Amino acid sequence: MPRRSDLKSIMIIGAGPIVIGQACEFDYSGTQACKALKEEGFRVILVNSNPATIMTDPDMADSTYIEPLTTEHLEPIIKREKPDALLSTMGGQTALNISIELEKKKILKKYGVELIGASRKVIEKAEDRNIFKKAMKKIGLSTAIGFTVNSISEGKKAIRTVGYPAILRPSFTLGGTGGGVVNNEKEFIATLEKGLSNSPINEVLIEESVLGWKEYEMEVVRDKNDNCIIICSIENIDPMGVHTGDSMTVAPALTLTDKELQEMRSESIMILREIGVETGGSNVQFAVNPKNGKRIVIEMNPRVSRSSALASKATGFPIARIATKLAIGYSLDELRNEITKITPASFEPTIDYIVTKIPRFTFEKFSRTEAILGTAMKSIGECMSIGRSFKESFQKALRSLEIGITGLEVPDEIQVKKKSELLKLLEKRLPYKFLLIAECLKRGISIKKICQITNYDLWFVNQLFELVSIEEKIRGKKINKLEYRNLKSDGFSDKRILQLTSMSQKQLTNLRIESKVRSSFRSVDTCAGEFPAKTPYMYSSYVNSNNCKRFEKEINISTKKKVIIIGGGPNRIGQGIEFDYCCVHASFALKELGIESIMINCNPETVSTDFDISDRLYFEPLDEESVLEICIAEREKGTLLGVIVQLGGQTPLKLAKCLDQKGIKILGTSFDSIDLAEDRDRFKKLINNLELNQPNNAIANNFLEAKKHIEIIGFPVVVRPSYVLGGRAMQIIYDSHELKKYFDKEKHHVKSILIDKFLNDAKEIDVDAISDGKETFIAGILEHIEEAGIHSGDSACSLPPQTLSKKNISYIEEITCRIAKKLKIVGYINIQFAIKDNKIYLIEVNPRASRTIPFIAKSIGIPIAKIATKIILGQKIRKLNLKSKITNYVSVKESVFPFDKFPGEDIVLGPEMKSTGEVMGIDQNFPLAFVKSQISSGNNLPQKGTVFLSVKDEDKENIILMSQILQKHNFKLIGTNGTAEFLNKFSVNIDRVNKVAEGSPHIVDKIEGNEIQLIINTTQDSQSLKDSHSIRRAAVRFKIPYFTTISAAKLAITGIGVIKGKKTAVKSLQEYYKD
Amino acid sequence: MNKSKLLSTPKKSILLLENGEFFYGSGVGALGTTIGEICFNTSITGYQEIMTDPSYKGQIITFTFPHIGITGVNRTDYESDKIFASGCIVNNPFSITSNFRSEDSLENWLKTHNKMCITGIDTRELTQKIRDNGYFKVLISTNIEGKYSITKLKSELKNHPSLESNDMATGISTKTIFEWSNGKKKKVDNNFSNLKRSKFIAVLDFGIKANILNLLELTGYQVIVFPISFKSEKIMKLKPCGIFLSNGPGDPKSTYYKNKSNLDLLFRKRIPIFGICLGHQILALAHNATTVKMHHGHRGANHPIKNLLNQNVEITVQNHGFVVSKTRIPDNIVITHKSLFDNTIAGLKIKNKPFFSVQYHPEASPGPRDSRYLFEQFRREIDKYAKKK
Repeated sequence: MPRRSDLKSIMIIGAGPIVIGQACEFDYSGTQACKALKEEGFRVILVNSNPATIMTDPDMADSTYIEPLTTEHLEPIIKREKPDALLSTMGGQTALNISIELEKKKILKKYGVELIGASRKVIEKAEDRNIFKKAMKKIGLSTAIGFTVNSISEGKKAIRTVGYPAILRPSFTLGGTGGGVVNNEKEFIATLEKGLSNSPINEVLIEESVLGWKEYEMEVVRDKNDNCIIICSIENIDPMGVHTGDSMTVAPALTLTDKELQEMRSESIMILREIGVETGGSNVQFAVNPKNGKRIVIEMNPRVSRSSALASKATGFPIARIATKLAIGYSLDELRNEITKITPASFEPTIDYIVTKIPRFTFEKFSRTEAILGTAMKSIGECMSIGRSFKESFQKALRSLEIGITGLEVPDEIQVKKKSELLKLLEKRLPYKFLLIAECLKRGISIKKICQITNYDLWFVNQLFELVSIEEKIRGKKINKLEYRNLKSDGFSDKRILQLTSMSQKQLTNLRIESKVRSSFRSVDTCAGEFPAKTPYMYSSYVNSNNCKRFEKEINISTKKKVIIIGGGPNRIGQGIEFDYCCVHASFALKELGIESIMINCNPETVSTDFDISDRLYFEPLDEESVLEICIAEREKGTLLGVIVQLGGQTPLKLAKCLDQKGIKILGTSFDSIDLAEDRDRFKKLINNLELNQPNNAIANNFLEAKKHIEIIGFPVVVRPSYVLGGRAMQIIYDSHELKKYFDKEKHHVKSILIDKFLNDAKEIDVDAISDGKETFIAGILEHIEEAGIHSGDSACSLPPQTLSKKNISYIEEITCRIAKKLKIVGYINIQFAIKDNKIYLIEVNPRASRTIPFIAKSIGIPIAKIATKIILGQKIRKLNLKSKITNYVSVKESVFPFDKFPGEDIVLGPEMKSTGEVMGIDQNFPLAFVKSQISSGNNLPQKGTVFLSVKDEDKENIILMSQILQKHNFKLIGTNGTAEFLNKFSVNIDRVNKVAEGSPHIVDKIEGNEIQLIINTTQDSQSLKDSHSIRRAAVRFKIPYFTTISAAKLAITGIGVIKGKKTAVKSLQEYYKD
Repeated sequence: MNKSKLLSTPKKSILLLENGEFFYGSGVGALGTTIGEICFNTSITGYQEIMTDPSYKGQIITFTFPHIGITGVNRTDYESDKIFASGCIVNNPFSITSNFRSEDSLENWLKTHNKMCITGIDTRELTQKIRDNGYFKVLISTNIEGKYSITKLKSELKNHPSLESNDMATGISTKTIFEWSNGKKKKVDNNFSNLKRSKFIAVLDFGIKANILNLLELTGYQVIVFPISFKSEKIMKLKPCGIFLSNGPGDPKSTYYKNKSNLDLLFRKRIPIFGICLGHQILALAHNATTVKMHHGHRGANHPIKNLLNQNVEITVQNHGFVVSKTRIPDNIVITHKSLFDNTIAGLKIKNKPFFSVQYHPEASPGPRDSRYLFEQFRREIDKYAKKK
């Protein structure tokens, strides 16, 4: 039976901001869901607070709400839109949780909304650990011994039965936040406390540890007729104990026989039936004892997930799309396999390649947290690669990671370690552990021993050993044609070969030409070649490609004009979904222009790597070798107009030079202009020419040079390495002692350090514009809420600007146009300004799309990302007649931070970016929009209660008025000695509370005792930072809203006043644009 | 450094196709020359079961999954007591094996069974050739010198008989009658003294897989396996309460017509009959349908079929190069299952008789176990029949 005819409109809830454990895979699933519903003629209502998503584009749904994901905001939306159904399974844990809440509060019933995808019963059965365990027992499957507890005392009782080591998992949290492995009572109590507070129902599961067992995942899809199919099996290379999101994984599972795999398949299907998942995709996780094959069920997720996104990309089977169609009444056999177009969706994909996923970590940004993996996810992003052998696939994944390695390149820190130290390290659950294992193998530690210590499967360690052996064989030697061919077949990159051998670049280039080695491109076809694939989703391989054609014959490389878009690679702090958004829009724009779009990317979470976004998709590492090979191959047929490098962040920009040198046309802003903007010296000259202000600056190669420069510039200064994104290793330095420390710490990582005079207390402005080389369209001027010195990616900002004078705005516009013209920008340009004492300084110019493009597009109601692409391809600004649609509303962007995942980390903001995602608040005025942005980012402003104040001296004057307002709204105030004394002088009623160092009862006691509802805490020098560190950590732990800058605190307090007693108002983007 | 666990350099080996194309790879397993009809199998796991499946007799299997052999081989995953495939073609070289049940490496096992394998062949390209051009004969040859006379090999390949019109089942059918008990062969006395009369299933062996026997045993009835050539009259005299027609290799027409008069006796009565694969084709042929050789057949573990009686989809394992023809389906045959890949007939039943059969492999092994209900269905038919009797 085809689609249900009783439903007309369906609501989809997104996943909110990008956080660890919930990244852009839910934009991918949500976007597929929107498309799937729209093509069936449904009216789609979408709610998400994350503006950087494709799904919140106004043409993806009929009604798009960028509003906080709370029942308070969803109820009025439901009331206005009256959807017939709510699809709860596309927005990760967030959407699932909020759907349950809507159901529990009877809001869905009140407005007659049916929950589709997963019912409340199913969700609870799958998510409640006790009920789940019972269900498993009923169908004869084992789970780990465990108990759920709701208090410390219950926990103590439970641990006696479970024993150490044990695993703690808080219920209903995403990415296992707050959980972990504990080995003794001390760890147990600490983790339990955190877990109880992290769980929205204060519940933690204490479970027998199956550390070291093998971990497997099955992606299952079921339809209403009880047809079940397995899309993909996934094997975790890291054993149990490391969160699957942090594990290196392969697909399909490689070290199980058919019997074991089929048992797991049958059990997965039994689980779906028992839990009662009627339609849609689910993920089932198993642990297998490698010694005897004993298998237990770990958990199941009755929704699409990160793993299902990976499985979709790994097999070509669009799980979210199919799950959506199943939810509206179709059965699997009524749907088509979109890749072959001739076979139905009711089959199991089979593949003829190996997929490797490696997570990307960002511990370097959170140096106070030990880089150890556990059951709570820590990675920010991931890359996926495809190869015809594990070696090829794995080595491609290493290159895709973009952590500066070209193969199994072991960092110096590991190479200098003694053997005994290496063995010690092996015991730890470290990120990128394969590098350590490679070193151990090189140093003669046996494969067996490594397997014993790490619990990695023998087969994988042996593969690493084979790679290491090959490397040692060619180290320092020259190689011949045959050897080169074999190396390529094992996935070695040219760069790695160059590092290992004694050959020069020129010799290697010649060898490559002489040996006629080139990659051949294969299709991801869901069927291992049994049927011709109609959708060109491709990967390259050198395995057995001796006489192979460049392209398989079913791949139809047309003779049309075409353009290559280079994506952003794995998500990381500073480069995430925003850039993918721009890439996807470029693809849409190219389609509108009738030009073939070709996407290259290696991030499986993204919309850009969905197989139907571009005319061709290459799932490949974003390094010179891979990208060039694709350019050359595409050039062999048809007209390759060029490559767009402005969209994927810093990644493609870094490739511009190489592509330019090889004669590949860079579309839009030329390489020379890119270099001009990125090269400090050249850029400085340009600024001087234009007679613009820049903070005093210099470049230094070592500490002494830096010190000399600073004698002229003067402290404080901002220091950073050149060519970085996301403010990596960027810091404000106040004295030469700190400067020395900085150089000591960063000496391994950087060549030259840029030094800028730090403008204290300046206002920061971000401008995004599009230029055609002559004319420039100012897309948005964003006024930051936090002062300059806090990374632009971390600060909140508003559009339009709220406190800038008309004069300043027009001056900024004028400079932007001048710079764009001078730099001959064709496409995007992003400029950062600072205003201090009414003087405007130029901080930075980026000749590429910036992180704020999607936010601006949503704010002004113009698809600027698409427009920029058209400009890049030669259209003129003048002809496009662009005009902002903002009339009577304000948009605020706020950042979201992963501090809860990095215990010990200070939450004070600085020039190094730390946020993982963003939300948008949109409302009729600035304070209302700001409050919404705070709610969406999880900083839920209180309406009553106690406010804790502790501010640095410079801010004290600022808080007089603030505290008076708070008092007017009946808040109770407490403060540390200095702050309280100061405010008392102004007859503000404020109680004094001890700092932690002053002894109990102190402020942290009060936070833990739930006596504080809002924290305002600003600091300056390192001593005060240290003193107040535990306060801020407690705020994170107990989810108390906090502000660490006075500017944001001011706004928050204004906001509290404005919303007091006001009804929550919601409005769709489409309505905003119309008004 | 570790002592090298890399396998010693395998021998240079050649793969010759019927159209004259040839590729060099690495020979693993036995030395010599083997010829067979090429096919590809898209299963990711289960190579041990596949290679010991008697239905692969005379064929050379191209595995589409590039890594074969990772989990080694063990004593329980046999589907018969030897490797029936004539050889296999694998993309990547073999490496170490790893699985808690593994007892031997695939490489050693091939040697033990004197079977040939060539690795280092682009199996995806080869698969696409088979897909587009249909089945053809191939030859694998490996010698110590690694030197080959193409002309000589070509003529050897040319002279090799085709699988079409070739009765292979008769040759491999069991020579002696045996009982399948506790997953093992058990001798049966010449006078059938240990036969539980009226409580046994008579299995006609055309090259049966062990797991079919296991599942038949699970029905609770005694399982007695007979050679094709065994006189049907004698079987009928023993009064079986069910008859099973097994899978097997070769052209079903050749096997059926060669044994027609003997086999036809089985279909006269109303004893429940269940057929799988070749058995299904024989049931169809005996009821006046016909079979045809397919373009390149179905071999894999992901084939969707639709049960036309209840509209359910089953993911099945398939391994067949012949199929019951859709043209000229006699009135007494009801189509019960069809392939969702190409709409070919995947199951049928005979009107007014308790006879049914499927083209695919409900016993799985390797592959998904969605269709095991068919054994349950067979048991119910037998129960009914046994009660009436």
